[in-house]
Amino acid sequence: MTQSVPVSAPEADAPDLARPTMDLLRFATAGSVDDGKSTLIGRLLLDSKAIFEDQLEAVERTSVSKGFDYTDLALLTDGLRSEREQGITIDVAYRYFATPKRKFIIADTPGHVQYTRNMVTGSSTADLGLVLVDARQGLTEQSRRHAVLLSLLRVPHLVLAVNKMDLVGYDQQIYERIQAEFTAFATKLTIPDLTVIPISALKGDNVVNRSEHMPWYSGQSLLHHLENVHVASDRDLVDARLPVQYVVRPKSDAFHDYRGYAGQIAGGVLKPGDEVLVLPSGMTSRVAGIDLHTTEITEAFPPMSVTVRLEDDVDVSRGDMICRPQNAPNPSQDIDAMVCWMVPQPMRARQKLAIKHTTRIGRALVKELQYRLDVNSLHRDQEASELGLNEIGRVQLRTTVPLLCDPYAQNRTTGSFILVDEATGVTVGAGMINSGN
Amino acid sequence: MTQPALTHADYRLSQLDELEAESIHIFREVAAEFEKPVLMFSGGKDSIVMMRLAEKAFYPAKLPFPVLQVDTGFDFPEVLATRDSWVSRLGVRLVVASVEQAISDGVVVDDGKTSRNRLQIGTLLHVIEDEGFTAAFGGGRRDEEKARAKERVYSHRDEFGQWDPKNQRPELWNLYNGRIAPGEHMRVFPLSNWTELDIWHYIGQEQIEIPVIYYSHRRHVVERDGMLLSAGDHLPLHRGEEPVERTVRFRTVGDMTLTGCVESDAGTVDQIIEEIAVARVTERGATRGDDRFSEAAMEDRKREGYF
Ligand SMILES: Nc1nc2c(ncn2[C@@H]2O[C@H](COP(=O)(O)OP(=O)(O)O)[C@@H](O)[C@H]2O)c(=O)[nH]1
Repeated sequence: MTQSVPVSAPEADAPDLARPTMDLLRFATAGSVDDGKSTLIGRLLLDSKAIFEDQLEAVERTSVSKGFDYTDLALLTDGLRSEREQGITIDVAYRYFATPKRKFIIADTPGHVQYTRNMVTGSSTADLGLVLVDARQGLTEQSRRHAVLLSLLRVPHLVLAVNKMDLVGYDQQIYERIQAEFTAFATKLTIPDLTVIPISALKGDNVVNRSEHMPWYSGQSLLHHLENVHVASDRDLVDARLPVQYVVRPKSDAFHDYRGYAGQIAGGVLKPGDEVLVLPSGMTSRVAGIDLHTTEITEAFPPMSVTVRLEDDVDVSRGDMICRPQNAPNPSQDIDAMVCWMVPQPMRARQKLAIKHTTRIGRALVKELQYRLDVNSLHRDQEASELGLNEIGRVQLRTTVPLLCDPYAQNRTTGSFILVDEATGVTVGAGMINSGN
Repeated sequence: MTQPALTHADYRLSQLDELEAESIHIFREVAAEFEKPVLMFSGGKDSIVMMRLAEKAFYPAKLPFPVLQVDTGFDFPEVLATRDSWVSRLGVRLVVASVEQAISDGVVVDDGKTSRNRLQIGTLLHVIEDEGFTAAFGGGRRDEEKARAKERVYSHRDEFGQWDPKNQRPELWNLYNGRIAPGEHMRVFPLSNWTELDIWHYIGQEQIEIPVIYYSHRRHVVERDGMLLSAGDHLPLHRGEEPVERTVRFRTVGDMTLTGCVESDAGTVDQIIEEIAVARVTERGATRGDDRFSEAAMEDRKREGYF
């Protein structure tokens, strides 16, 4: 039987020591072909002992058969057979490693322009973006594009890794010129936290351990930075948002009148006793309790999956949003958003699509393509009449049902949506709601 | 019945709590958006962790979908015992699809050349079609081998149950596109972002009941092709083979005639974790007889809907 927990400040609960206190960092990697991204990831995996011997043996076998006289760490990270033949990587590949302090999920996205959609995909869930440049070439059009995309996707932390320093004699001036150029470029974007690290992925300088070849660099090694960058406060802890996924009604004797609204907290901190507003119905109630399986918790925050019980018998269903009366998203059928188009068939005005926002699905009409954004120059082409594969533009949509939106800049979960082709069922677009409406 | 309230100092979740929250979110999305989901239960540690996550996702209600096991006829008895214990504790419906039955029904052809794993594919796809399941939860993890690094959480399968690269959808934020046409189904991997060590940490944290053969025990084994196979009537001996008793444990539990064990004294989860952290050989590479193909073979098997 669930009883309501008295709403009082919890005394010092013994921290649950059994659980490892490691937290999680998701980062997206980007770099032009041959900048050394696969080598860098291969080294991170190797040095953190995540690679098990048989994968290493498989790489050594393949390296030798390809005539390489050393372990080509890059081969470790290639997957689909067709790609291996072409030696390039298509699509987003997810890789995992951990240190005692932190577990890492890498979204490894290929570098070239025709894979903007993969970079957008990989960055969507990233806490940090890792952009790679070859010290010999310095900033390229691609590295600027990667920074623009990471900024567009509101990735809170960015690391520019200036790679192959061993090929430029570990020259401080070269590193500082690239650092200055990139920092200047970044000021035009919204990149709240930027770090520039000189490394050699092949030799290992400043990857896991500090490099003795670059005493002039006083910053942390790449791995040390990844381990310590603070990510907990990146999430929106202000605007209480719980998109309802599933209504839990056991209808069993033990819980015959139990009724809980289950979902993943998208924003804010929800507590028992809080007054809440349910949208779109507009009904208000109070949180009776918040369950995490058999535990009643005193506070729920992103990204916890919980089940909320309300004091009043309010009609709540999937697709509704539980929020606070004085802080609610505005229901709207007119959506102004930046859209990244992900299929060859271009997007045109008057097109009808399915749209999914949080746990709500509806239909959307493309009213207008306001402009196409050139992600290299940031130029806005107002004349553009369609959006092609890998292109990004500002779009006005009209939806059949009101969506409970926040600006993407405020909350990456309640500010984003996907567009789906109703005939093929394929995801054709990714949207980020602008702050305008 | 309720445990102490949980508090978190600086709104920071442990990585296990975050993985758990993500998996629970996936279970709830599928239960909400698909007509007939099913949880594919192999009895292995990954599918048991899935059971635990599903239990949490819908508590205090029961699982809103059945559990499916493809019975090869060569499952370890300890695995079947654990399966039954979970099924009865959760009060969930168990559907067992027998490979033998599928052969005698002519659903799959055992021409003596196809491996037992291929027969499982036919049996699995038949029961999915027969029962009309529209989503099937699998315990596959991206970390298992390279062919899976690009696998989606929602992996689309066409009317033939096949995985076609062009049908796979980009997955952004926590928005999953579950749209399928009649006859198609979605393979869903809630453990996509879990590593083998995460699975074991979670088994330890939740004190999850798993088949005892994961832990070290005495067993008569036969050495064949560099692997230790469990001796018994399911394994006719080749000339000169002599079963010998050893202290072993299984890192994965599959088909008794194909799944090798390793010598080990690891009798607790912590000891297993220590052993794995040190182990230099991935779980699939060393102890799955029929996994000794080239990397490309894993892709072919995926195209055919094996995982
Ligand atoms: N000298 C040197 N070579 C590197 C370094 N990093 C990568 N390389 C080489 O650059 C080439 C391309 O590397 P790769 O990782 O495949 O680049 P990717 O296309 O960005 O993944 C390979 O021959 C690597 O060995 C580095 O730090 N120093």
